[in-house]
Amino acid sequence: MRSPWFFLALLFDLLATGGYIVYLIKQEKWVSRASCLILFIGFVFHTVFLCVQYAALGTAPVLDLKSAFSFFSWCVVLVFLVFHLKFRIMVLGSFVAPFAAFLMIISSAMPWAAGPVKPIFKSIWLTVHVTTIFLGNGLFAITFVAAIMYLIQERQIKRKRFGSFYSRLPSLATLDSINHYALICGFPFLTLGMITGSIYAQVALGSYWQWDPKEVWSLVTWLFYAALLHERLTVGWRGRRAAVMSIVCFCILLFTFVGATLWVKGYHDFTSIGTGGA
Amino acid sequence: MKTKIVDIGMNHETAPIELRECLAAGPESTGRILSALRGLSCIREGMFLSTCNRIEVLFTSDREAEAKEAVLSLMSALGELPRDTLSGRFYSLEGMDAVKHIFRIASSLDSMVVGEPQILGQIKEAYRRATQERTSGVIVNRLMHRAFHVAKRIRTETGICSSAVSVSYAAVELAKKIFHSLDGKNVLLIGAGEMAELAARHLVNNGITSMSVANRTFERAVDVAARFEARAVSFDEIAGEIVDADIVICSTASPEPVITFEQIKTSLRKRRNRPLFFIDIAVPRDVEPRVNKLANVYVYDIDDLKGVIALNVEQRKREAVRAERIVQEEVFKFAQWLNTLSVVPTIVALQEKADAIVQAELKKSYNLLGHLTDTQKGAVQVLARSIAEKVLNDPILFLKGKAERDAGDTYLDVARRLFNLDSNRGEKYGSESDDH
Repeated sequence: MRSPWFFLALLFDLLATGGYIVYLIKQEKWVSRASCLILFIGFVFHTVFLCVQYAALGTAPVLDLKSAFSFFSWCVVLVFLVFHLKFRIMVLGSFVAPFAAFLMIISSAMPWAAGPVKPIFKSIWLTVHVTTIFLGNGLFAITFVAAIMYLIQERQIKRKRFGSFYSRLPSLATLDSINHYALICGFPFLTLGMITGSIYAQVALGSYWQWDPKEVWSLVTWLFYAALLHERLTVGWRGRRAAVMSIVCFCILLFTFVGATLWVKGYHDFTSIGTGGA
Repeated sequence: MKTKIVDIGMNHETAPIELRECLAAGPESTGRILSALRGLSCIREGMFLSTCNRIEVLFTSDREAEAKEAVLSLMSALGELPRDTLSGRFYSLEGMDAVKHIFRIASSLDSMVVGEPQILGQIKEAYRRATQERTSGVIVNRLMHRAFHVAKRIRTETGICSSAVSVSYAAVELAKKIFHSLDGKNVLLIGAGEMAELAARHLVNNGITSMSVANRTFERAVDVAARFEARAVSFDEIAGEIVDADIVICSTASPEPVITFEQIKTSLRKRRNRPLFFIDIAVPRDVEPRVNKLANVYVYDIDDLKGVIALNVEQRKREAVRAERIVQEEVFKFAQWLNTLSVVPTIVALQEKADAIVQAELKKSYNLLGHLTDTQKGAVQVLARSIAEKVLNDPILFLKGKAERDAGDTYLDVARRLFNLDSNRGEKYGSESDDH
């Protein structure tokens, strides 16, 4: 189902990315403000697109991988905008916007699926399951981005060699606390997403847990994030180690999202549950 | 005839510290200098700036040679020094060179440490004193306000003030890049040298409220602690103190490292991995270099800090080129304003002359016209005035327009002769017109 709203969202994401990159180089405040506004407009278009899709399909528009990528991108931007209100760190956008745009580009490169939606997908549990999982993913994307920024900045301070990023990136404490907050917020969403997922599985398929590869990998991801959160809260892990760990966790999450879908067959596999699929 | 802006001064380049010390003026001698300037008939407006690195006397005068002599005598009296020692040390700048000099001082381009922020505050204070003592006038007021504007422009448009160029300032900047804000952070001073105190002072100015001081001789620790409202601790307590500290400044004379790798490594867990920043300004070093390898621990020794500064100095030099361009631009604008100012007396003289003629002619006409009511008199007056104003309108606009050009002086001269503004028979306008 082609939609102009999707292309508008993609266009504005790309524009915002360009703006944020210019900001990274030029350090002009108005550029970042303008980019943030463009990103927000793109977000509004994207929201319209999702609503239109929802109305058309009668369920959350995440049934094929294309829609899943686009929904992921929407969640990342949503989380970024909320974080922007709290932390007001302009340069975060220079890292988040390209990531969101990247997800949109992947999404746009995939074919539009068409066909009737099977009735089992028209369940409120699916919508709740997918929304919570992806909001968690969006928050974890922020931890990932903040961790990369942290590692860049930390390396410069440790090695005492200051490149052009030194003055552009915020302080280590700020980056670490962004990482921390995003993790603390993201983990409950992931947990909730998995619980609602299993309830949905019970409703739709009659079983809470089926050892489907995606389920297993989600559990692995959950365990890794749980370990990171635990270390942070009890032992006081922070800084470099926490940053590296959150990057590792996010890579596992990406594998769960893409890898477990594409290479391992299971009922979460989009081809089998896709709108046009068997 | 024409008023000139003159600046007489000396700075760290032209005069050695001994001489600058003699002339460094406290607030009360600043007052004396300003009232002396006010007393001099050859000086119209004046301002006096004195810091540890420079002395500047800015004034406007119609007779600049006489005024310069007077100012130099004032300076020699202030420093109780013979005139000959001074004359070679002072530079004297006139006109736009003086304006440019003032702009460069205010924006810290002429400072020993280019970009240091104190000078603007000092120059603002000097100007405040001048306004208080009523030695500043139209030109100095405008000049100083433009100078503050230039300084602000340069600060926001170039990176000249953005990076640290002193060891303690560099340390504070680094601390901010690690901790974001220094509020509520704990500082531990190990060894209490002068440099360490300076660094500590900078940290306190940036929001540090809690500090401990450790020193081999406990008395000295107590001494320094009293100055910072800090706690004095003994040297053996350092290991315990490090658990709570966020920033540690080391400056002991110890030949062996005071802070060892093992010591910090064991304290990390107790610290719950909070970041720890060592500023080691001791030579030989107090902190084992290996400590920097520990997670969330950052060690900067004196060479590292100097390295940071060297980079920043390079950057400032590049930014200074852009700043000079801004100064040039603003000097040009000021010159334009000053030129328009030179038209003002001529315009005023023109208007006064016209007014005098109108009054004289009205007086004569009233006699001829016989009895008039007040309304009629008023109407005649308005008529005469508006004719005079309309006639003068175009010449005045023309002069204002030409004022910004170099040839403005020529037109002024022609105008003054054309309207005969420089004759001493100003009161006789009426009888003059009679003759013709």
